[in-house]
Amino acid sequence: MEDAICAGCKSLQPPGQIDHFARLGLPRGFAVDGAMLERHYFAAQRRFHPDRFAGRGAREKNFSLQHATLINEAYETLRDPLSRARYLLETAGRPLPGDDGRSIADPELLMEAMEWREALEEAETPEQVAGIAARLATETRAVEARIGDAFAGHNIDGATRETLRLSYLVKLGIELKRRGAPRLARI
Amino acid sequence: MLLEIHEPGQTPLPHAGDSDTAAVGIDLGTTNSLVAIAVDGRPEILRDALGDGIVPSVVAYLEGEEEPVVGRVATRILEAEPHLVVSSAKRLMGRGTGDVASLGGHLAQKIHDDGTGGMVKLDVGGRVVSPVEVSAEILRTLRQRAEMVLGKGVDRAVITVPAYFDDSARAATRDAARLAGLEVLRLVNEPTAAALAYGLDRGAEGLYAVYDLGGGTFDVSLLKLEKGVFQVLATGGDAALGGDDFDRLLAQHLIDTRGDAIEAGDVKPVLAVARRAKEMLTDAAEVDVDLDFGGKATRHKVTRADFDVLVMPLVARTIEAAKVVLQDAGVTAEELSGVVLVGGSTRVPLVRDKVAELFGREPLGDIDPDEVVALGAALQAEALTRGSDTLLLDVVPLSLGLETMGGLVEKVIPRNTPIPVSRAQDFTTYQDGQSAMAIHVVQGEREMVDQNRSLAHFVLAGISPMVAGAARIRVTFTVDADGLLTVTAKEALTGVEAHVEVKPSYGLSEEEMGEMLRASLENARADVATRLLAEARVDGRRLVLALDSALAVDGDLLTAEERAAIDEAKAELEVAMSGEDRDSVIAATDALEAAGRPFAERRMDRNIRRALSGVEVSRLETRLQAG
Repeated sequence: MEDAICAGCKSLQPPGQIDHFARLGLPRGFAVDGAMLERHYFAAQRRFHPDRFAGRGAREKNFSLQHATLINEAYETLRDPLSRARYLLETAGRPLPGDDGRSIADPELLMEAMEWREALEEAETPEQVAGIAARLATETRAVEARIGDAFAGHNIDGATRETLRLSYLVKLGIELKRRGAPRLARI
Repeated sequence: MLLEIHEPGQTPLPHAGDSDTAAVGIDLGTTNSLVAIAVDGRPEILRDALGDGIVPSVVAYLEGEEEPVVGRVATRILEAEPHLVVSSAKRLMGRGTGDVASLGGHLAQKIHDDGTGGMVKLDVGGRVVSPVEVSAEILRTLRQRAEMVLGKGVDRAVITVPAYFDDSARAATRDAARLAGLEVLRLVNEPTAAALAYGLDRGAEGLYAVYDLGGGTFDVSLLKLEKGVFQVLATGGDAALGGDDFDRLLAQHLIDTRGDAIEAGDVKPVLAVARRAKEMLTDAAEVDVDLDFGGKATRHKVTRADFDVLVMPLVARTIEAAKVVLQDAGVTAEELSGVVLVGGSTRVPLVRDKVAELFGREPLGDIDPDEVVALGAALQAEALTRGSDTLLLDVVPLSLGLETMGGLVEKVIPRNTPIPVSRAQDFTTYQDGQSAMAIHVVQGEREMVDQNRSLAHFVLAGISPMVAGAARIRVTFTVDADGLLTVTAKEALTGVEAHVEVKPSYGLSEEEMGEMLRASLENARADVATRLLAEARVDGRRLVLALDSALAVDGDLLTAEERAAIDEAKAELEVAMSGEDRDSVIAATDALEAAGRPFAERRMDRNIRRALSGVEVSRLETRLQAG
């Protein structure tokens, strides 16, 4: 976690330009333990939240607002696997294709996505929809595991490809939710 | 006074310890308001001399009286002279004239239309007031009560707002506090405050749903409680649904069964009768309701089953909203550790049953649902002024976005995003040489602009001429810890700082605020004592009027001696009211009440024998019993 209390004057300093992982005191990487993320998030907000500086001057209040805002942004970005992967790619200088306006050009991925979509369209009974939801949950976990492996092995191409795959699985999950299927468990 | 000198950063929290002024928690409700204070983590409602903690959110503007009358006394005026009284002003906070057109039939006050658009204003007692001013009167009364009880000044407060309040309603609440001379330490969402009261009390951990059905607003929030952290996971509700609507449906039902047309002036008394019937139906299986208007008195039987049928559609709406919140948070009802009920309307048995059914458990209710929000606010006020280990992490209740081409909404901050938050979105020009851009900020979940709340219009001017699509206009939305939004826009590509003007659609302009603050200073607000004297006088006057009208109808019930005793007590009260001593006004009022009691009892007897004016009798009865 950022050390933002000035050792000399004991007053809160403005937040520095550090990445989301450093802001929450977590090692940079795709593998993030949900419970640990939350613990670090709460600890950071306990230190920097504006409620802690309600009695201070305008300058410190303003700094605390900036800190708390950035801590929330870090937490929001890192708690969701897809946005976490996107963030890792972006900060590695390789933003996910599609995020910067370019279209996706991977025929194999497109084909896969179409197959999922067709299966969903053909599903009629709630049981069939639930079956797709279960398959989707399994596939999502597998893809997330592969994203983790790719980042751990500094394989940015592999991570990019699997993150693209995850992004259409997430879209599919939203559509499934609209059709009343049980939600995917949050990991 | 000596100046204390401290090391930078070592300054003790201002007002910590034995300070000259106190910080309180205020629940500014649609129907009722309360003020509380916490000392060492123990919150307590601040009550009047009679032990009453509730200040009805009702303000009466009497002709010839400079000071408006607030609370119980104003409530009594409501039934007899509704045109002098504003109630449920909270429903109008931050609303425009157009917004309330749909509520028109339900409002007893006349909307003042000066044709300027902007925030709604009301015509009442020959004055034009805004809901912000009405709320400020209520806050001022709460502040004075706190100062009386605590024996010191009160200048800071945590004020609660419905989680579902949009940005303009929040800003209006803060403006009202400013007018009442209170610094807002924090606006805290009502369900969060309630959870705080419960959580700190019991050291609770786990997932909690807070179901808050007040007089005019409905909120449901899902919170995670863990070691002093109160994290809101999702929130939802309806800013225009509450117990007032139950009253309205019952009143409409009564009027329909009676079958006569009703004059606008008779609506408020019928609503008051409906409210009492609703409250009685919490314990009783059926009640008799007396109506007296249009020169005709009628009696109607209402069973709890009748009432349930009437309000079921509204209760069903709250249950649907609760389901959405569970879904937003990705939580099932089985995972909850508890359900907390907040707000007087959760006393309605049907509401309790449906909530228990949805969440599959009996809700917690051991803290008075009317008091729990104020108690939580007081705890937070103490936490903010004296420091504490608890932490409230709240969210944006409704998505914030911008109007884009074709009247569509581009969401910039989705609902349930933790606050404080800042998000930026880039836009560009669509015409060659375009030098200005209109930016329209909206709040809500719908796709089209006109289905959401309009919060503000901006114009970003001074963009240097470029070909279409070349400019990079970065619009940044910032929501602070109070849930208040600031929007800035900047042309980034050329580094040109363009000027942005914010015009809140329904807020008060800085000039209006300044004008009101000036006016309130110039008029040198009457101090607490004069205000209390005014209230005592009004109270006395009401009693005289009520007795006079009862005597006109049933004067024959009294012997000449009894009549003389009442007349004498009345004369003494008149004398006291013309004086400046509050205590003698109260004493004379009490004496007149006592003198009139046998008369009231006899009138009730007669009332049973012949169908008499139900409203008149019950009002007198209430008055006499209250004494």
